[in-house]
Amino acid sequence: MEQLFASLADGLLIGFVYGLAAMGLTLIFGVMDVINLGHGPIIALGMFGVFFFAGSTGWGLNPYLALVIVAVLGLIFGMIMYFVAVHRVLNAPHLSSLLSTFSVNMMIIGVGTALFTTSPRNLEFSLGSLQLGPVNLLGTRVMAALIAVLVTAVLYVFLYRTQPGKAIRAVANNRDAAELMGIPSTKMLALSFGLGTMLAAIAGGLIATFFSFNILAGGVYELKSFVIVVLGGLGNPTGALIGGLILGAMEGVVPTFMPVSWVPVIEFVLFVVILLVRPTGLLGGR
Amino acid sequence: MTTSRMQDNIILQVQNVSKRFGGLLAVSEVTFDLPKGQILGLIGPNGAGKTTLFNVINGVYTPTEGQITFRGTDISGWKPYDVVGLGLARTHQIVRPLNDLTVLENVMAGACYGHESHSLTEAEVIALEVMEFVGLHERRNLLAASLNVAQKKRLEMARALASRPYLLLLDEVLAGLNPTEIAEMVEVVLKIREQGVSIFIIEHVMHALMNVSDRIIVLDYGQLIAEGTPDEIVDNPKVIEAYLGDPALAEKLMSGS
Amino acid sequence: MKSWKYPALWLTVGVVLAGGLIPVITGSKIMRESMFLILMAVTMASSLNILLGYAGYVSFGHIVFFGLGGYVGFYLIAEQGWNLIPAALAGGLASGVLALLLGIALLRLRGAYFALATIGINEAMRTFINNFNLFGGPIGMELNFIVYQDYGGAANMQWLTYWLMFGVTIIAVLMSYGVKFSRFGLGLMSIREDEDAAMAMGIHTPKVKTMAYILSAILPGIIGVIFFFRNSSVQPAGAFRLHRSIEMIVMVMLGGQGTVQGPLVGAALYEALRSYLLTSPLFKDLQLAIAGVLLLLIILFVPSGVIGWLRHRFKGLWRVLE
Repeated sequence: MEQLFASLADGLLIGFVYGLAAMGLTLIFGVMDVINLGHGPIIALGMFGVFFFAGSTGWGLNPYLALVIVAVLGLIFGMIMYFVAVHRVLNAPHLSSLLSTFSVNMMIIGVGTALFTTSPRNLEFSLGSLQLGPVNLLGTRVMAALIAVLVTAVLYVFLYRTQPGKAIRAVANNRDAAELMGIPSTKMLALSFGLGTMLAAIAGGLIATFFSFNILAGGVYELKSFVIVVLGGLGNPTGALIGGLILGAMEGVVPTFMPVSWVPVIEFVLFVVILLVRPTGLLGGR
Repeated sequence: MTTSRMQDNIILQVQNVSKRFGGLLAVSEVTFDLPKGQILGLIGPNGAGKTTLFNVINGVYTPTEGQITFRGTDISGWKPYDVVGLGLARTHQIVRPLNDLTVLENVMAGACYGHESHSLTEAEVIALEVMEFVGLHERRNLLAASLNVAQKKRLEMARALASRPYLLLLDEVLAGLNPTEIAEMVEVVLKIREQGVSIFIIEHVMHALMNVSDRIIVLDYGQLIAEGTPDEIVDNPKVIEAYLGDPALAEKLMSGS
Repeated sequence: MKSWKYPALWLTVGVVLAGGLIPVITGSKIMRESMFLILMAVTMASSLNILLGYAGYVSFGHIVFFGLGGYVGFYLIAEQGWNLIPAALAGGLASGVLALLLGIALLRLRGAYFALATIGINEAMRTFINNFNLFGGPIGMELNFIVYQDYGGAANMQWLTYWLMFGVTIIAVLMSYGVKFSRFGLGLMSIREDEDAAMAMGIHTPKVKTMAYILSAILPGIIGVIFFFRNSSVQPAGAFRLHRSIEMIVMVMLGGQGTVQGPLVGAALYEALRSYLLTSPLFKDLQLAIAGVLLLLIILFVPSGVIGWLRHRFKGLWRVLE
């Protein structure tokens, strides 16, 4: 029983980070109907970013300070990616944007493999651990969950309380109408794409504080993000966070009942079933 | 005895049909008959539910309530492809031909999968005949994408006709055409009827509709508010009231007589 | 049907025959190995094109059929002692059945939802096989080399499997052509252009789409068996590599989706480029990145692919380039 609680708590903490990554994917989909297949490698870039700025072989900054730099770079990267690979295919059939974002995936993985090889990296970093009754939590994971919640809160304030945030929501609702109202839709689309990749990069950076990684590591989290996004409803950021918690909890609890290698089978079967039965997500309305 | 003979003469019977989208009642308890060989016009202000009614009849939507009987078969809730199989074809308001295929191939697709289900060779014969009929014969080897609006409307009509229907639903085939093109199209519609095909037609070009229809029904906010011959419809105060929100259209309607 | 009226068919089959016979005539093993990969790519791309190019449905996880068929056939050979040919057919059958089941369930989804679901299916299958002890779990299965004695030894087996792949490729190209110029193909292309209009024209869209899905799955299943038999081993990661799925799409796009010759040209170009990059000391590590740049350039500037572009550019070649 104690074991179960410990796994559940651990799973939920990671679930916040999964949710953050998925939020990046779902934000982009919600605003411009594009599924960013470059999501995974961008998560990996976030990991390498923190490694570079905070690792002992890099600048040696505090990892959370490094995370701020990674976030800014993630935002810029996404905006550039929008103009290079996404803008021209926004009105083309879905296949075009799927492939153009995937082409970015290939470029990052290709260059990343050439530069960093695929041997695992590890950020030697620890925040000790936290004892809550019988449950022992790793400090880095608690911190990651807190930061994920903080970033989500900031995102919501941005989307609902600020001018550009409102403009993004208007563009997401109806691009033509927003443009008629004088909202520069292209800028807003680029900004939302940047926000999406920023969230992915932050999630990657947080994961790097407690797991080892290589340039291919983002792929796993990309697939998890798909599952989460579908759980929470495509295009729904709150749903993504809750979906992340569900997935994290599942990953914590399921291995106490069956071999851990069955977890992804359950995840993907669940993913397909939800797509079929309720494509708007468990939380999504009609 | 009498009712069954009546039934024989009715090709399409719509009884108490409603279609609800969430809180919106797009079509509300509509009832009417379409006798064999007639041209029935359907008018109503924008958003009155005309196209929705078409979509319910040909199976794009399942009716929330009510029954649709086509040639004695209850087709309520059937899929569009099964409805076509029984001999009920339609055209669409927004024409979207298969752009990467030739005009001929477009029409052949209609014949292949229509109510008689033909092989490619047979379909080609039918397609050529139908294209002659609607006046697209010279353009048969052009890409559908290269046609102008009027020609695309003809193509849409040819595709529907190639399925050899007993009943044809025409959704605004005259919209966007110039007066000459309208006259030509009206000609085609009348010729189709001469071949024994019944027609149910939505149209905004009133004077043309008044000329071709045997009877007209009027929808407003999803409800059937009037039914009668073109003359009766023009004089019906309810109809004029329904169009009052759109004076230009009311004007057109009046001048149509 | 007078076949001389169809120059595109003759050109297509002629090119495949000529290409496939080069290693046979020269007897070069190196050439045979690279041609084997090209033929395999052509078959995969042509099969995918039936769904992607003709029906307009983007299957991102198409490699699942290659993997599953390969696994089933390999199991029958390695564990049940079947001969390669019936095992290959069984692999194709398994993929076809999977496509039938998936078709009924998945093809209701449109656009991005369908694409996502196919990724999910591939990953579910990969992770499931990883746990499936009958198929060797994460380690996969290996073939005892003694088995090759039945095929005249390892050297002979390599020629035999080459000929089989060659034959399957010709079937793939003929199928691609046959479908495109059939009543069925006309139905598929109607669905691609406008699915709702297609339904209103009387096309039983669920049935037609499922048929296309099955047709696009069978040959990948068969060549999966041939490929893994030749390799003498099969593992989950190699059989269900999502990346290969996307490479298939790239080949179809590069050559021109919805054309018969497009997948052929695209597959050959892509394989040639890849083997050049892999062997070039300068680009070896950047192979993937360069392929990515190429893909992006195609999508942005030549979305109709090589054949589509040529057809558009030189209208006189329409009957030759299909």
